[in-house]
Amino acid sequence: MEFLTTFVNGLSLGGIYAMIALGYTMVYGIAKMLNFAHGDIIMVGGYTILLFLFVNPIVAIIAAMVFCMILGIVVEKVAYKPLRGASPLAVLITAIGVSYLLQSLAQMIFGSAPKYIVIADLGILKIGSLSIGYNTIITLVCSILVMVALSLFVKFSKTGRAMVAVSEDKGAAQLMGINVNRIIMITFAIGSALAALASVFFLLKAPTMTPTFGSLPGIKAFTAAVIGGIGSIPGAMIGGILLGVIECFAQAVPAISPYTDAIEFSILIILLLVKPSGLLGKVRREKV
Amino acid sequence: MSERLLEVTDLEVYYGVINALKGISFHVDKGEIVSLIGANGAGKTTTLHTITGLIRPRKGSIVYKGTDIGHIPAHKIVSMGMVHVPEGRRVFQNLTVYENLLMGAYSQKNKAEIAANLENVFKQFPRLEERRRQLAGTLSGGEQQMLAMGRALLANPELIVLDEPSMGLSPLLVSEIFEIIKSFREAGKTVLLVEQNAKKAMSISDRVYVLETGSITADGAASELINDERIKKAYLGE
Repeated sequence: MEFLTTFVNGLSLGGIYAMIALGYTMVYGIAKMLNFAHGDIIMVGGYTILLFLFVNPIVAIIAAMVFCMILGIVVEKVAYKPLRGASPLAVLITAIGVSYLLQSLAQMIFGSAPKYIVIADLGILKIGSLSIGYNTIITLVCSILVMVALSLFVKFSKTGRAMVAVSEDKGAAQLMGINVNRIIMITFAIGSALAALASVFFLLKAPTMTPTFGSLPGIKAFTAAVIGGIGSIPGAMIGGILLGVIECFAQAVPAISPYTDAIEFSILIILLLVKPSGLLGKVRREKV
Repeated sequence: MSERLLEVTDLEVYYGVINALKGISFHVDKGEIVSLIGANGAGKTTTLHTITGLIRPRKGSIVYKGTDIGHIPAHKIVSMGMVHVPEGRRVFQNLTVYENLLMGAYSQKNKAEIAANLENVFKQFPRLEERRRQLAGTLSGGEQQMLAMGRALLANPELIVLDEPSMGLSPLLVSEIFEIIKSFREAGKTVLLVEQNAKKAMSISDRVYVLETGSITADGAASELINDERIKKAYLGE
């Protein structure tokens, strides 16, 4: 029974990681950049919820998603777009800069002490000796819905197919009449909305928020994206869920629980040694 | 005089400090097949990329159907009726044949017209219909070239710009590709063709421009240039 509980918790946490990893992987696939400020969007989402929670939780969640979408678009326009065509290192450093900027702004506005943000107290589901928080179940169900919806969007919508086309060949995509800048903007918007949604589920798990909250989940989700094969949407989902399950099982064993993070990152290192392109990543053929 | 579709004047393009095009001028009239021939590195692909907006010129003008398109982004030029089939086909490997064709129609709004164009493309390239559900990356080179051309047709073009359509294909397929290009003209389209296979290109073209290290060194009716001693020696291997 304990095994099952841990497994469900792992899937649920993995769902959150997958949601964040999707933002990383889609932005990487389409804009060919690592958006290291992506984790901090989670934190911004959390504080936005705090600001709007007095209305009601649903409004607060929607407000957080909308605000993060806009923030994602603005960050892309102001910080990343001028660097298109610049060296990847310049873009990477800019992204780290944006990350610190968001953290510092949050600290100025909300202070560095943790804020308690209780969206809802959902209680615990008990079936026999099995006890699982309702938040866990909601997270799991929602993350599955999000992943299915996103997959359908990418496969069947005109914009989704354009995203695949842009991630594969920007020049050829332009020659089809695709506005690459618009597709990049949409990608940032989707990724940021997913990050805001992730903050909802983190807050349901543990209702505290700090300005640096986004760093660790950001890095974990990045790890998940790399494990799955960065640029691959199903890869991010698999990587995220895998990482969540591993994390929960590691935490459930007292002897190794202090080393949970180390275990996760070691798995990344080992996997990259065996399969450098990640589980579902394609070996990039460099064209001359 | 026939209607002028594309008029390029004094086009200069630089890659950093390298002067890739040194002020070239040429034009394409409606209904023509015009070829741009020249050796590797002469600037043929650069010319096409500049016309369709992937590269910006430093000087000169590109007038398409009376509009200066030198500063219009590439993705907007497609809906004006000029579509570019790039060198190396560049079909989207991770999309199916059908999805690739739909990407070609990205700029088109009229659903009935898209469906009709799709039907025509399948009629002209039955192999694409057979493989419509297959990922484009699994097609052979010749099939990919056909897909690239079919994809271009779905944009409802007036002027089709083709970059090395015969590259890397077997002689039999090369002939087939040139037949397809001829069929474009019969369908009322205009073609600007860049080819290494100068002989074949000249045999189907109305007019030819010869590009050498960024400058046009000869031009004229294909039927005349094909007998020009210097051209014969340099490009036709005779």
